[in-house]
Amino acid sequence: MAWFNRRSKPPISAKESKKVQVPEGVWTKCKNCDEIIYSKEIERNLNVCPKCDYHFRISARNRISLVLDEGSFVEMDAGMESVDFLEFKDSKKYKDRIKTAVAKANGGDAIVCGEGTIEGLPVVVGVFDFGFMGGSMGSVVGEKITRAIERGHEMKKPVLIFSSSGGARMQESILSLMQMAKSSAALAKLKAAGIPFLSILTDPTTGGVTASFAMLGDLNIAEPKALIGFAGPRVIEQTIRQKLPEGFQRSEYLLEHGMVDMIVRRPEMKARLSQILHILTKS
Amino acid sequence: MRSYLDFERPLADLEQKLHELREYSTDSVDFSGEIKKLEKKATKLREEIFSNLTRWQRTQLARHPERPHTLDYIEKVFTDWFELHGDRNFRDDPALVCGFARLDGEPVAIIGHQKGRDTKAKVHRNFGMPNPEGYRKALRVMQMAEQFDIPVFTFVDTPGAYPGIGAEERGQAEAIARNLREMAALTVPVIVTITGEGGSGGALAIAVGNKVLMMQYSVYSVISPEGCTAILWSDGTRGPEAAEALKLTAADINELKFVIDEVIPEPAGGAHNDPAAAAEMIKAVLKNQLAELQKLTKDELVEQRYQKFRAMSMVEE
Repeated sequence: MAWFNRRSKPPISAKESKKVQVPEGVWTKCKNCDEIIYSKEIERNLNVCPKCDYHFRISARNRISLVLDEGSFVEMDAGMESVDFLEFKDSKKYKDRIKTAVAKANGGDAIVCGEGTIEGLPVVVGVFDFGFMGGSMGSVVGEKITRAIERGHEMKKPVLIFSSSGGARMQESILSLMQMAKSSAALAKLKAAGIPFLSILTDPTTGGVTASFAMLGDLNIAEPKALIGFAGPRVIEQTIRQKLPEGFQRSEYLLEHGMVDMIVRRPEMKARLSQILHILTKS
Repeated sequence: MRSYLDFERPLADLEQKLHELREYSTDSVDFSGEIKKLEKKATKLREEIFSNLTRWQRTQLARHPERPHTLDYIEKVFTDWFELHGDRNFRDDPALVCGFARLDGEPVAIIGHQKGRDTKAKVHRNFGMPNPEGYRKALRVMQMAEQFDIPVFTFVDTPGAYPGIGAEERGQAEAIARNLREMAALTVPVIVTITGEGGSGGALAIAVGNKVLMMQYSVYSVISPEGCTAILWSDGTRGPEAAEALKLTAADINELKFVIDEVIPEPAGGAHNDPAAAAEMIKAVLKNQLAELQKLTKDELVEQRYQKFRAMSMVEE
């Protein structure tokens, strides 16, 4: 039999390949270095890759527990939910997208806001949840952020926003755009009152979120290697028809170009924020 | 040679015929009866076409190659115009024009996106897509207006802020964000008119006003229909559907009640059909709006603007 006729059965059947698979979640492949790492090890390392220092995206609740003093967090506006006032429909109805996301997240929207303390210092925080429709900003996110800023103003507490968002939520069209103006206007008042606003940019922060409050921190602080930009890399590539330079729109690139004040690793974030806030508030 | 959009085609044929008849009319040959009949027909046809426009067609009108741009309106609405250049940091951005002029004798500052008409001018104006230095120039001039207690008029007509490497390097997001915050704090009247395309953050960066007006065939949206379908449908060719979903026309946005203050009507067939008449309509509205705002004190102006944007949300609690 000629070698080219010698067709054996397919290398591995679907059934067999299933056998060698490990239970989901035990191992995680790092998105940055492709290393396969024991998931528990990543978790123990605050969801930072122990091999390459890539900072994995984490949930808002997880972030709050890493930054605020234990038990100090009191949530604001927890029950606020999005409305499909335009009856927007793409491949799926917005109404259904909201329902799915709310069920998955157990209520809420793409941001969690509230008050708490950082090493004893009272603050107001807003923390994005990228898992909720890509952290997109519609009316709910804009309204919660604005209320958080207003609360900081009223109570004379520093305001911190941890961003992780693809930008404005298309399904709320013009009203999503207006959230950029609304939240930035609230920051104008906070600034005039001399109350610190820290913007912490985490992977990814793009579009209308970057082009409003996220770039307006008295200090802009980034986590390592986070994608931060106005236009998405794909859009830019399509516009200019060129390949983008290495490291383009990453935290280190923004630091070099003067857009962020510092890059802070997750394990050091709380101590650094505390140090900054205590200096700015002379406490 | 005028250019026509697809749906204007039937009108184009009629107008061509009219043009020829007028051309061939001499003292000895009289086509006036014929011409009158055709003119009547053209008017009726125009009314028919324009009373049934889809959102996509309105978007195309907002981008019509012959639609008047900011400098056209400046010439027709204002006097004593002089342009100011540069952000004092990097360069002058021709995609955004800034300067001072008079509106019926009253000194005003003017900020507006500028698109080009022919290919060379389009490239020079970067298709009306500003870089960060454009927004920084705009802020410089707006704050100068505040310094001299002069009201600000802005004219919005952009597909969006330019998405390029240099723009990102120089902080496109920061430039837009800063404008949003600083415009909110201006102590002079700010009157915004969306004249053509109100494209996302690139539009909003000069659109935080005490009054926001939209021309009848302008659009205003968080993303262009093409961009929207590229992301949500992963198919950039379904612009018409996305335009329907985004509800981006002046009429749609006016229905929300709290985003814009007034829709400025346009002449039959759109502003490009009669730019002089369009300018007259704008001028009348701008004067009224300014007179109203001039009754407010500086603090009241800032507070009125804040409350206007503060009210913009629809949520369930």
